[in-house]
Amino acid sequence: MDEKDLELLRILEENSRLSADEISIMTNLSTADVESRVHALEAAQVIKRYSTVINWERAGNGEVSAVIELKVSPERDYGYDRIAERLSRFRQVKTLRLMTGTYDLQLVVTGKNMQEVSRFVSEHVAPMDRIRETATHIIMKSYKENGHTLFEQQETERLPYSF
Amino acid sequence: MRNFVSERAKTIPPSGIRKFFDLALTMDNVISLGVGEPDFSTPWNICESSIYSIEQGTTSYTSNKGLPSLRDALSRYLGQHYNLPYTSSDEILITSGVSEGLDIAIRSIVDPGDEVAIAQPGYVSYAPCVTLSGGKPVPVRCTEKDHFKLNPETLQEQITPKTKALIINFPNNPTGAVMNGSDLKAIADIVIDKDILLISDEIYAELTYEGTHVASATVSDLWERTITLNGFSKAYAMTGWRVGYLCAPKELCDAALKIHQYVMLCAPVMGQVGALEALRSAEEDKNSMVNEYRLRRNMIVAGLNRIGLICHVPEGAFYAFPSVKGTGLSDVEFAERLLKEQKVAVVPGSVFGDGGEDHLRCAYAVSRKDLSEALGRMETFISGL
Repeated sequence: MDEKDLELLRILEENSRLSADEISIMTNLSTADVESRVHALEAAQVIKRYSTVINWERAGNGEVSAVIELKVSPERDYGYDRIAERLSRFRQVKTLRLMTGTYDLQLVVTGKNMQEVSRFVSEHVAPMDRIRETATHIIMKSYKENGHTLFEQQETERLPYSF
Repeated sequence: MRNFVSERAKTIPPSGIRKFFDLALTMDNVISLGVGEPDFSTPWNICESSIYSIEQGTTSYTSNKGLPSLRDALSRYLGQHYNLPYTSSDEILITSGVSEGLDIAIRSIVDPGDEVAIAQPGYVSYAPCVTLSGGKPVPVRCTEKDHFKLNPETLQEQITPKTKALIINFPNNPTGAVMNGSDLKAIADIVIDKDILLISDEIYAELTYEGTHVASATVSDLWERTITLNGFSKAYAMTGWRVGYLCAPKELCDAALKIHQYVMLCAPVMGQVGALEALRSAEEDKNSMVNEYRLRRNMIVAGLNRIGLICHVPEGAFYAFPSVKGTGLSDVEFAERLLKEQKVAVVPGSVFGDGGEDHLRCAYAVSRKDLSEALGRMETFISGL
């Protein structure tokens, strides 16, 4: 991993749809070099996948997301790992993290509607062994996701010429 | 009624090209590569801290020299980044942008009849500021052959017993040229030998893409005879804030301060607060903007050369300066027709003085998407010639 790899990652994180040719021009690397570096980064799982930031609210499909905080009793020898792996297998769990502070695991869960989210929590998450407490927070509106603001920003006016 | 306009004001060259620029304002769907300012908004941490200070009632004059906290921070910053040893108490003056710094620097050293050598192509206000001080601007031509660096022999030829100072600007607007340590050493030898003063406008210092910027005042014994000008506009995307600074040994700084206190009093306090925050917390924002400019530079240079507008690789600032010689059009004709026919705005190089003719200044401080679109339109234009 060198400075050029980091540069490629920054470019791809911002827009993963750029072609190797376009990236080659911007970085002064050859197209073949860009391709082989990207393949290596994929193979090393530094690049996990290519996805899209979608404003689901605007897409209007009515999906509901919630942040769920869990207090969990850790297991001897495994700590939080086994229960976290178990939870992360659920399709509904989009994000799962171990946190410092007043609770242990944080989930971001998405469902078609409120009922689906609450059913998922009450039927699948809360009854699991070792989960001592849950707190579910429905996301009302998202303003920024993965570094991208989702609200309208006014275009600033610039003079067409300045010296 | 008499004509009240002063002879001096009359001698400043009018912006003859203004009509053409105004045309761009009336057209829709223009992509402008004519803008000499970042397309980014000021990093939010800077804005937020300035807004907060206004809410707290920080709205008064500051010391003529500028906020002591800002001068302290600048003194450290200049030492750490450029090895420049300016003390905050006596050798740094906060100005309303480099524009003011330039004006008071020139006014504090030029007497009527003095000649001031100006490396050109260069920023449009150097010569008029010299004229307004009663001095005589003397262009020193930088050429494509030298990648638009200042050639010591050409400089030597333009220096007379009346020469008081030399104005340089590297990284350069409009050419993107950069002078490294040994380039500057050759200039320093002449400046010291001829006993003239150097005004070094280093507003694009942070936008240096190969290696690190060498501050003129650190070369040879130039420090004692150099006025360094810089500001926050370009590196921190703060053009509208109007905060710059003038650094010079005490005697020179004091002279500039006298003029500054009568004509400007102080730079706007909210701008100074923002500038302080820029030094404290916007290093990462700055670096990511510089990185983005570098990517765009590579795009535009490759694109221009591909469509037949030969362009050297600019090592700094955010301008590409391709030649239009192969097209059969002058730079002004090219720029006018490109605007009218393909709605891309660029600045004819001749606007920037000697050596700029037959070139275009294309600013790449625009999004990559607009840059690609502009290059596509330019290609269409050229293939129709």
